[in-house]
Amino acid sequence: MTWWEVLVQQTINGLTRGAVFALIALGYTMVYGIIELINFAHGDVFMLGLFISLAWFTLLGVTRTLTAWQLVTVLPLVFVLTMLSTAVLNVAIDRAAYRPLRRSPRLAPLITAIGVSFMLENVALLWKGPAPIAYPDVFPSVDILRDWFGVDSAIFVTTKDVLVVAATVPLMLALQWFVTRTTWGKAMRATAQDRETAAAMGINVERTIVLTFFLGGALAGAAGLIQGMYYNIGQWWMGYQAGLRAFTAAVLGGIGNMPGAALGGLFIGFLSAWSDQYISARWTNALVFSILILVLVFRPHGLLGERTADKV
Amino acid sequence: MRRSRITAVTIALGTLLALVAGTDVGRVGAQQCPKGKLRLYTSWPMQGAMLPEGTGMKNGVELAVSEVNGVVAGYCLEIVGLDDASPQTGKWDGAVEAENANKAVADPLAIVYIGTYNSGAAKVSIPITNRAHMAQVTPANTYPGLTKKRGAAPGEPEIYRPGGFVNYFRPIPADDIQGAVGAKWAKRLGAKKVYILNDQELYGKGIADVFEATAKKIGLPVVANEGMDWKQPDQKPLLTKIRASGADLVYLGGVIETGAQVVIRQMKEVGLTAPRTRFMGPDGLLEEELLKGATCDAALATDMRVTFAGLPFEKMRGIGARTYETYKSKYGKEPTSYALYAAEGGRVIVAAIRRAAPEIERAKDVTGKREAVRRAIASTKNFEGINGKWSFDENGDVDYDTMSGFKAVKADTPVGCKFQFETILE
Repeated sequence: MTWWEVLVQQTINGLTRGAVFALIALGYTMVYGIIELINFAHGDVFMLGLFISLAWFTLLGVTRTLTAWQLVTVLPLVFVLTMLSTAVLNVAIDRAAYRPLRRSPRLAPLITAIGVSFMLENVALLWKGPAPIAYPDVFPSVDILRDWFGVDSAIFVTTKDVLVVAATVPLMLALQWFVTRTTWGKAMRATAQDRETAAAMGINVERTIVLTFFLGGALAGAAGLIQGMYYNIGQWWMGYQAGLRAFTAAVLGGIGNMPGAALGGLFIGFLSAWSDQYISARWTNALVFSILILVLVFRPHGLLGERTADKV
Repeated sequence: MRRSRITAVTIALGTLLALVAGTDVGRVGAQQCPKGKLRLYTSWPMQGAMLPEGTGMKNGVELAVSEVNGVVAGYCLEIVGLDDASPQTGKWDGAVEAENANKAVADPLAIVYIGTYNSGAAKVSIPITNRAHMAQVTPANTYPGLTKKRGAAPGEPEIYRPGGFVNYFRPIPADDIQGAVGAKWAKRLGAKKVYILNDQELYGKGIADVFEATAKKIGLPVVANEGMDWKQPDQKPLLTKIRASGADLVYLGGVIETGAQVVIRQMKEVGLTAPRTRFMGPDGLLEEELLKGATCDAALATDMRVTFAGLPFEKMRGIGARTYETYKSKYGKEPTSYALYAAEGGRVIVAAIRRAAPEIERAKDVTGKREAVRRAIASTKNFEGINGKWSFDENGDVDYDTMSGFKAVKADTPVGCKFQFETILE
């Protein structure tokens, strides 16, 4: 491999890695934007998304690689079912754990979120056991350059890589459109800006919060499904790990800012892939978090975030 | 030595009895204890999922004692079997293990402590038996830090030896040996350039470091020995780097729980496949679960190989083969993983008591008796063991490095492939 082939390959690796982070980060940032809660349980909703998607596949009788026909029928169905399941789960979490604490000091829901996170992890532990679970190869993996174009290159791009980008980008664009162009999106933005005033203006704040949790949960479910199909492995504690990275992405982009979360996710994806290559895998986490600290020192509101000093 | 072990023992015993008692060689085998009784305490889990292995190890010790009809140099041997699992969890428990060791130490007839199964439990009992000058022999602990610095945590193994002497012996190779044997095997397989990964945990890092050191010594170039973030389900960037480095063997120091599945699977996805690049790992990866998670496709594509401490029972030669047959005919089933090592430990103890018999007799108190046996075990040399001839080194470890090599092959199993014995590594 020449140096540019390595760079291109690592950039592709970073892109797929970052796209999943971005999808999870969106859920964090949306909830923070609306109720200023760092929803630590979000990563675990993502983890359950992976488990639930596997359950849907099993329920629909899919245990092997999908055929072309199934790709256009079963796969979209599983996407919808998984996203609905995790969306409902996320709304239920809000209803049971966060809503009763809506008027409490901010620390109370934060600690509750950590508790919910533990509960979800233990649910997964009871459900699937402590060992890593093998996610079947449902999505066909084809070496695009070689098998489709007959190019013998040192660079590997598989259909799975394409899947990650092809599934995450439309989801992010759809979310962006929803938030900026629809009435419900307007309500979300208004609630995020100032909950009391929004309520005074006739916006149903509670309904808006439910909607936010619903969307965040749906995205986490999609991320879980994508991760399952892409990496073919799942484990009960994976949500904590992924959540930490995604939360970092959200903070990096400016928490509460949606394009920022997407950007932050991709940024961490690229950064960690390049660091694995050019520095050492052992230092990747240290590097990612050092960059986070630097960004927060020089731009406390994140890469794209707005100043929130006046919002007390 | 092709003589039957039992014959050898009988002759030795006969000679000894003839010398000591001066008469009555014909009465060897009768349960007579002119010099009294000595007790061997065993301690490992004897319940739940561990019951088969626990019973297997107990059978092994019994086998060794029954070979001399329970009498050594006029001392009758009695086995006292203890369970170190807590009834609540069914797993080994430090408190129970400590209680067992204290019970053994408090018994004036107890001469040797045999155990444990879990290395963590040994950490608890070794200091207790050490203070009492009582030898402890394990049939199963393989964690290096219990006896040596290589692959150990800071302070080990001294923290287990409050008396400043070695009282803990293992007639089974420790984990770190696998790194050394793995490196030699890699060279034999024609590897030219190795990339070592480790999971940054005690077991995996220890083995990887030994692999690296050995590889350098035997002239096998090592690109790097890199710690990976195994909690990350994506190792593609790291594996891409390995591909760019041109390494033709990836060695992973780790266990099935620390990301091995992801590494093997993604090796195939980034094009790290045989004959260009192969995969090798230690016995922490010798599990069918791994093949399932990594997929047979990837395991076969990477020409996956795994080392295993000691020999599989059916490949043992000489005494090992005979012990295996004796065990099967005596107990009517296959020995469990560590049953024959328990038998080996039992034989080491029997031989040591025989050699130490005069000192045991001269000893003034129970500590003196135990100390005599401890010294005798420590001086075990050229012992005819199940994996060949060996001696204890100054740490109480065996000095042989006989291992076996396994390879992933296609098979008619639900998973679609399995690990098959490939070669003996020495």
